[in-house]
Amino acid sequence: MSDAKRKYALYLGCTVPVRAQNYELSARLIAKHFGIELVDIPEFTCCGFPIKSVDQRSSLVMAARNLALAEKQGLDMVTLCTACTGTQVEANHELKNDSDKLAEVNKILKKDGLEYKGTVNVHHFARLLYEDVGIDRIKQEVKVDLQNLAVGAHPGCHFTKPSEAFEDFDDPENPHVYDDLINATGARSNPYSERELCCGGAILGIRVDVAYAMVGKKLASIKESGSEAMILICPFCNVMYEQNQKKIEKELEQGFAMPCIYYTQLLGLALGYNPDELGFKINRVKPSKILERIGVTSEKTTT
Amino acid sequence: MNENQDAEAVEEVTKAQEPKVIKFDELDPNFKYEIQAEPSGEFITRCYACGTCTASCPVRSIEETFNPRRIIHMALLGMKKEVLSSEFVWLCSTCYACFERCPQDVRITEMMNALKNLAVKNGYIHPAFTAQIDLIQGHGRLYEADSFVNKKRAKIRLPELTESPDPIKAIFKATGLYEYSTEAKESKELPQSGNTEGGSNE
Repeated sequence: MSDAKRKYALYLGCTVPVRAQNYELSARLIAKHFGIELVDIPEFTCCGFPIKSVDQRSSLVMAARNLALAEKQGLDMVTLCTACTGTQVEANHELKNDSDKLAEVNKILKKDGLEYKGTVNVHHFARLLYEDVGIDRIKQEVKVDLQNLAVGAHPGCHFTKPSEAFEDFDDPENPHVYDDLINATGARSNPYSERELCCGGAILGIRVDVAYAMVGKKLASIKESGSEAMILICPFCNVMYEQNQKKIEKELEQGFAMPCIYYTQLLGLALGYNPDELGFKINRVKPSKILERIGVTSEKTTT
Repeated sequence: MNENQDAEAVEEVTKAQEPKVIKFDELDPNFKYEIQAEPSGEFITRCYACGTCTASCPVRSIEETFNPRRIIHMALLGMKKEVLSSEFVWLCSTCYACFERCPQDVRITEMMNALKNLAVKNGYIHPAFTAQIDLIQGHGRLYEADSFVNKKRAKIRLPELTESPDPIKAIFKATGLYEYSTEAKESKELPQSGNTEGGSNE
């Protein structure tokens, strides 16, 4: 909550910088707004999530390498992708609690001139907003009335789970952190029956039909609940819900037309930023109706 | 109905049921210990088959061949080949619902990784993952940071994206994962050279 300048290493992962530039753009803007300095480390590589299925050891070393790079600069790590968050948090938890594993990993990192000592903390950007900026401060800064806009919250499974590695910062069975963040903007996190359903992203390359069915079930549930948009903080969940939405509508012969908005975009609107500054041009399912109603079209500059 | 017809009918019934018959002499009683020797596999024997995992599983509610309780039971019985060569072993979406709820703390989501890792070692890697190994090894990330991507990034004033594939290749070489990449397979001159860590079929 302090206004003191906070500095973090920004971990983008694979999907954000290539397939979710609206998320990256809006997150950088929100960070700036709240005085959070994000440092880019170009040497960061994949977190190891996809490799875990093939060889857990390689995955752990990959995550450790990123942690070591952040540690070298004396910075904690901020993540945007929920899957990266899970992988980096879990690896960090494992390495901090198992000195044998840490030694084994460091043997490999040493060849790269790196060593991980176990001093880094990993935070999802949304968690950072909750814990470091705080709900009260967010509420104070809201300028645009989002008119109680009903939205479906989807943080992604790895935002809170496995809860043990996340040190129970939120209750995985009855979470509230993400809803509190959404409600602080003036929008309303609207409950829906498939709230806990996973996006299926991890099995997209294995069984596309199963993954699509999972997406369809969730989108139908959000629509049924009367929400006008889905709010995301994971770029791969977005690949599933937004970037594949047209294909899935065709495949399942079901219409959703569900705008998928990143939390950082939603918060940005509430703070009075222009949709263009928040990368709304990149959103595929246009939330035009919502933008019009709250009176922030691309033409107008509100800041 | 003569005896011959009777025997034929019996044979037909047996044949139809055959896939469901568990043949004890084909079971591998050591399979569970192999799983336990893998990282994250150590808690599989805690399972008392309550089915909380299966009831919680979002994949199971759509695709019934993915049934965590059944997979664990098959593994404990020693149905090694059936488990490792199956498609279902790759179908965990890693949502951690079962992991959170398991009353015996089998740590199923992570245990599924142990099963998949063993499938790989036994020559059953899913082709989707060979592709991912190749991409990450080639670019340091799943997606290439080419000029098209960087042009798009520059347009909205995002910093340039660079690639660091070399450290990843070095890690994969150190852990043996490199052997599963297409590059390694194509460049191997001596079939028996190097450490393939059980990469071939047993």
